[in-house]
Amino acid sequence: MSLQATIYLVVGLTFALYIGIAIWARAGSTSEFYVAGSGVHPVLNGMATGADWMSAASFISMAGLIAGMGYGGGLFLMGWTGGYVLLAMLLAPYLRKFGKFTVPQFVGDRYYSKGASSVAVICLIIASTTYIIGQMTGVGVAFSRFLGVSNHVGIFVGMGIVFMYAVFGGMKGITYTQVAQYCVLIIAYTIPAIFISMALTGNPLPQLGLGGDFVGTDMTLLAKVDQVAMDLGFPQYTTSTRISTLNMFVYTFSLMIGTAGLPHVIIRFFTVPKVKDARASAGWALVFIAILYTTAPGVAAMAKLNLHATVNKAVKGGGDLFAAENSIMYDERPDWMKRWEVTGLLKFEDKNGDGRIQYYNDKNPPAGAVAAGWAGNELSVNRDIIVLANPEIARLPNWVIALVAAGGLAAALSTAAGLLLAISSAISHDLLKDMWMPDLSEKGELLAGKIAMACSIVVAGYLGLNPPDFAAGTVAIAFGLAASSIFPALMMGIFNKKMNKEGAICGMLAGIGFTMLYVFAHKGLFFIKGTEFLGLFGGKANFFLGIEPNAIGGIGALVNFAVAYVVSKVTPDPPEHIQHLVESVRIPRGAKAVDGSHIH
Amino acid sequence: MSEDAGKAYWFATLKLIAGVLFVWFIVSYGFGILFAQSLNSIKLGGYPMGFWWAQQGSMYVFVALIFIYAKLMGNLDKKFDVHEE
Repeated sequence: MSLQATIYLVVGLTFALYIGIAIWARAGSTSEFYVAGSGVHPVLNGMATGADWMSAASFISMAGLIAGMGYGGGLFLMGWTGGYVLLAMLLAPYLRKFGKFTVPQFVGDRYYSKGASSVAVICLIIASTTYIIGQMTGVGVAFSRFLGVSNHVGIFVGMGIVFMYAVFGGMKGITYTQVAQYCVLIIAYTIPAIFISMALTGNPLPQLGLGGDFVGTDMTLLAKVDQVAMDLGFPQYTTSTRISTLNMFVYTFSLMIGTAGLPHVIIRFFTVPKVKDARASAGWALVFIAILYTTAPGVAAMAKLNLHATVNKAVKGGGDLFAAENSIMYDERPDWMKRWEVTGLLKFEDKNGDGRIQYYNDKNPPAGAVAAGWAGNELSVNRDIIVLANPEIARLPNWVIALVAAGGLAAALSTAAGLLLAISSAISHDLLKDMWMPDLSEKGELLAGKIAMACSIVVAGYLGLNPPDFAAGTVAIAFGLAASSIFPALMMGIFNKKMNKEGAICGMLAGIGFTMLYVFAHKGLFFIKGTEFLGLFGGKANFFLGIEPNAIGGIGALVNFAVAYVVSKVTPDPPEHIQHLVESVRIPRGAKAVDGSHIH
Repeated sequence: MSEDAGKAYWFATLKLIAGVLFVWFIVSYGFGILFAQSLNSIKLGGYPMGFWWAQQGSMYVFVALIFIYAKLMGNLDKKFDVHEE
C-alpha cells in the first residue's frame, strides 16, 4: 500500500475510534459532558487531561524547536510541566472547594464584582485566541502534509475541519474519547522515538538513549550532536542557552504560571469529585504529560542528527564534512524532502550552483565551508515540520509515518476545539448572558456562541497564515498573556484575604496591558504584520533587559502582583463575608458538588 | 473548627507549600538554569548534568513533588480534622 493510502487509512481509523467511543459514552449521561471525569478513575482522568493539554505546540512543534535551540529548549520542557506543581498546590484544591464551573465565575464571586469578572473574561479571550493562532499554525502544517498541499491551503482546510469539530462538540468533554486520543497521541509520539533511539544508540528508551553512546563508537550521542553542530557553525547543542540566562529564567517562569492560568486546564480541576482528588489528579495528569515531555528531548537531538546525516554523508560515515562528494546531490534527495517541498515548509536554493545541498549556519560559517566554496546555507527547514517528518527522515515503515500524522491531527484538533468552546462560552455565557443581555434566550446564547467560534476561527486562521512565531512560540505568548492576567488574580484571591476588587482589576489590566504592549511592539498590533512599533522604544528588539516578547508574561505577572498589592492597600478592604468566604475555601471539608449557577 | 485551629492548619499548609516550592525552584531554576553551566562538568551517563536537569531531571522531580504534596496534605487534613468524609 502506498504511503499516502496508509496515512488516510490510519487517520480514518483513529477518527472512527473517537466517534465510536463518543457515541457509546454519550448514552451514559449528559452531565458527564460538563462534569468531566466525575466517577472516572483518577488515572483515566489524568490521561484525558493530558490529551486536552497536549496540543499542536507540544506534539508537532516543541521537539523541533528544541532541536533548533538545544539546551535552551529546556525552557519549554520545564515551563510546561513545572506549572502543574503550582496548579496542584496553589489553585486546584481551592478552586474545587469554591465549587464553580469557570474562572470568570470565581473571579466575579471572590471579587464581588461583575467588573472584575468582565476583565477576566476579556483576558481569557485574548489569551485563548492567541493560543488558537498557534494551533492553526500546527493544524496547517499537519494538513498540508496530510493532503499534499501548500501550507496556506492546509490552514484553510484546517479552519473548516476545526470549526465542524468544535460546533458538533461531540469530541470534547467526553472523558473516554479523550483517553482514546491520549493513547493514539502517545503511541504516535513514542513509537518512532523508540525506533530511532534503538537505531542511533542501541537503547530503546529515548530518555536513556539520549544519555547513551552513539552506536558503533565510544562517543556519547550528545557529544556527537555537539560536534556535528559546532563543525557546521551552529552553537554547541548541550550548552546553548536561550538568548541569556535571565531570559531563559523569565521565559520558564512565564510558561509555568501561564499553565496554572489557562482556562481549559484549570477547568478540569473544578470538576473532580473531591478536594483531595484535585491535588492527586494534577499529579496523574503530569505523569501522562511527562511521558511525552521526557521523550521530546531525545526526539529533538536525534532528529537533528538524522537531518544532518541525511544531507551530509560524513556525519555518520565519518570523513570530511566539507568534501564536495559528501553533500548529497539535490536530484538524489530522499522522497520525504520532495513531499515536504510541496508544502512550502522545506526549501532548497542552490546558491553555489553545484547541484548539492549544503546545510550549515552561514551566520557563523566554519572555515571549512568557506574554503570549500559554500555560498550560504541552501536548505531551510521549518522547525514545525521536524516531528511530523521525523519518522520519514529516519526511514521508518509507512505505518509509523501514518500513525504520527494521526497523532498530530488528534493533538491539534482536540485542543483547538476545546479552546474554541471555552471562548464561545466565555462570550455567550459570561459576557452576553451574565453582563449585557440577561434575558437572552438559551437558543440565542447557543447561536451567539457559534458566531463567536466562527469569528475566532477566521481571525486565528488569518493570523495563522502569517504567524507571529512557530506554533510553540505563539502558544508561549498565549501563556504569557494568561500568566500576566489570570494567575495572579486567582492566587491572590486565595492567599491574600485582603485583596479587594480594585486591586484585582487594576492588577489584571496592568499585567496584561504591559505584556500586550511589549508583544505587539515586536510582533505587530494584534499580530498583524507591518504594524510593529518597536521604534517607539528605541527600535531595538528585546529592549527590556534583553527579554524576548515570548517570555515577557513573566514580568507582566510581577507587574500584576505589584499593582494589585499597592492598589489594595490604598482602597477599602473587601467586605467581611468575602474574607470569611476565603477562609472557608482554604479548608477541604464541606466541599459541595459543583454548581453552575451564579450568586450575583 | 476554632479560629486558632484554623490558623494553625493554614500555617502548616503554607509551610508545606513553601517546602515543596523550594525543591521545585532548586531543581528547575537552580540546577536547570542558574547553575547549569557549572553542573555540566559533571557527567550523568552521557548527559552533562546541567543539561540533564533542564531536559529530564526537573520533570521527574515535578511528578514526585505533586504526589508527595498530595500525601502530606492529606495527612495534614486528617491531623486537623478538616478532611472530607
